[in-house]
Amino acid sequence: MSIHARFNLSRGDFTLNAELQVPSSGITAIYGPSGCGKTTLLRAVAGLESCANGFFSLENEIWQDESRYLHPHQRSIGYVFQEANLFPHLSVTGNLEYGLKRTPTSRQKLGFNQVIEMLGVGPFLQRRPMHLSGGERQRVAIARALLTSPRLLLMDEPLSALDQNSKAEIFPFLERLRDELAMPVLYVSHSADEVARLADHLVLMSAGEIRASGAIDEMLTRTDLPLAHGDEAESIIKARIVSHDETYALTYVDFAGGRFTVPRKDLATGRSARLRILARDVSLTLEKQTDTSILNIFPGIVAELVDENPSQVLVRLEMEGVNILSRITRKSAATLNLEPGKHVYIQVKSVALLA
Amino acid sequence: MLDPKVEADLIALWITLKLAGLSTIILLLLGTPLAWWLAHSRFRLKPIIEALIALPLVLPPTVLGFYLLITLGAHGPVGGLLESIGSQPLAFTFTGLVIGSVLYSMPFVVQPLQSAFTSIGTRPLEAAATLRASPLDRFFTVALPMARTGFLTAIVLGFAHTVGEFGVVLMIGGNIPGETQVLSIAIYDHVEALEYAHAHWLAGGLLILSFCMLLIVYGMNRRFSPFQP
Repeated sequence: MSIHARFNLSRGDFTLNAELQVPSSGITAIYGPSGCGKTTLLRAVAGLESCANGFFSLENEIWQDESRYLHPHQRSIGYVFQEANLFPHLSVTGNLEYGLKRTPTSRQKLGFNQVIEMLGVGPFLQRRPMHLSGGERQRVAIARALLTSPRLLLMDEPLSALDQNSKAEIFPFLERLRDELAMPVLYVSHSADEVARLADHLVLMSAGEIRASGAIDEMLTRTDLPLAHGDEAESIIKARIVSHDETYALTYVDFAGGRFTVPRKDLATGRSARLRILARDVSLTLEKQTDTSILNIFPGIVAELVDENPSQVLVRLEMEGVNILSRITRKSAATLNLEPGKHVYIQVKSVALLA
Repeated sequence: MLDPKVEADLIALWITLKLAGLSTIILLLLGTPLAWWLAHSRFRLKPIIEALIALPLVLPPTVLGFYLLITLGAHGPVGGLLESIGSQPLAFTFTGLVIGSVLYSMPFVVQPLQSAFTSIGTRPLEAAATLRASPLDRFFTVALPMARTGFLTAIVLGFAHTVGEFGVVLMIGGNIPGETQVLSIAIYDHVEALEYAHAHWLAGGLLILSFCMLLIVYGMNRRFSPFQP
C-alpha cells in the first residue's frame, strides 16, 4: 500500500514537477534545499495549493484526479505548519477541540486525553497561544492536528522556527509519535539531523523535481546522491536493543551484521532503535585489531570507492547487506590496496544511539 | 403636553437613530462580503472599486447628494423607472435617505473590515481548512472572531458618521419634519431661527452621544483584542 502523488504547477518562475510513490507507513522525509518546492509539494497534497491535472491517492482512496478534487477540509489530513499557526482568539483547549469537533465520532481514533498525554500539553490547556513558548505552541499544533485522527499527517518544517532548546524539547515527542501511532507522515525538512533521526524513507528534491527516493539507510549511503558527500556524510543502521551493562554503563545493540557496544542509553530492551555513524568516524584495517580501544569492529566487504576530493575517498562497505560509509585518505586507500570486493575490518570509533 | 418644538426634536432624534441603525445594518450586510472580497481578491481592477468606495471621504457631501437627487428624483433613471411602475420616486423620502447614507458611510464600514480581514491573512484560515472547517465555517469561527475589533470599529464609525451627516441628507431628503428631518438639520433650523437653547440641547446631546460611542470603541478594543489574555 502506498501514497501516490503527481503534481505539475507553476507559480511565477518556479515550477513544481513532481511524481512520487512512497510507502503509506512511517515517516517519509521530503528533503532538499530551501526553495526546491518541498513546501509547495506538501501544500498540494493538502489541497491548499490547487493544482490542475494533479493526482493524489492514499492507499485505496483517491483525493484528486482528472474528474475529482477534494478540498482541504475534505481530505483526511493533519497539517503542522512551520509556525504553529494556532488560533489566537481561542485557548489551547479551544484550539485542540477545533478539529476534534469537526471529526465525526466514528472516525475519532485518537482520544483527547491520549493525545494530550502524548504531547504533554496538559499543563497549559487554559492558556492563550500567545502565552506559550515556541516549543509549547508547536506541541499544541501537533496535538491539534492529531485530534482529527488523520489518515496522513503533513508536517512542514515543524522545528525550523524553534531555537535549539525547543527543538531538543520536541524531538522525544516526535519519536513517540513515530513509534506509537501507525500514521503515515510526510515530513518536510532541510535539516539532515532531523531526517537522520526521524525518517524511515527519504525523498530528495531539488529545483522543483524529485531526484531520488527510497529507504533512509539506502539513501544516505548512495554515493551518487549529495547526501553521502561532505563533512556530515553518515550512515543509519537499523538495530534492536539487546541488553544493558550496568558495570560499565553500556548498551548492547544488535544489527544484521553483528553487535554494537555503545554508551548506555535508557531504552527498553527489545525495542528497535537506530545507530548513526559519521563516515569520518569509520576506519578500515585488513587484519582484525585486537589491542585497540575501539569496541565496534565488524568484518565487511568494500562495495564502492569514490574520490571525495584530492586527498580523501569515500568507501561504501557492506556488512551482511547493511551499508556503511567510511571516509579515509586516498593514501590509506592506496596503501591498503582497496578495491570493490575486498574483505576488510570496519572500525567504528564513535556511534550515536537514537530512539 | 410636550412643547411642539421639543416634540419635533424628539421625532428628529428618532428618525436620526432609525436612519443610522438601518444604514449600519445594511452596510454590514453589504460591506462584509465586499470587504472580504477586497481583502482576498487579486482582481486587476480592484483599485478602481477601492477608489469608488473611498470617494465619499474626499467628496463634498453636497456633490454626492446632488447626483443622488438627480438619479433618484422623478426625472432620474432610478426615480423615473420607479414612477413608471407606479411607485413614487425616492427623492425626499426616508428610503432615499437610507440609500444616500449607505453610499456616504460605505468607506467607514468597508475600510476597517477590509484592513481587519487583511491583517488576519490566509494562514489561520488555511489551518482551519486542514482542521475540516468548510469555507463558511472558517468565516464564522475564525475570520469573524479574529476581526471583531474591526467589526466594532466599522459599526460605531458607520453609525456615528450617519448620525453626523448633513449635506447629503439636505440634498436628497430635503427637510420634511417627521419624514426626513434629522438632528443635524434640526440644529441648523434652530440656529437659523435664533433658538439657541434648543440648538444647545441637541448639539450637546450629539456631542456626548458621539463621544460615548467612540469611548466604547476604544475601551472594547483594549478589552477584546484577540491578543490579550
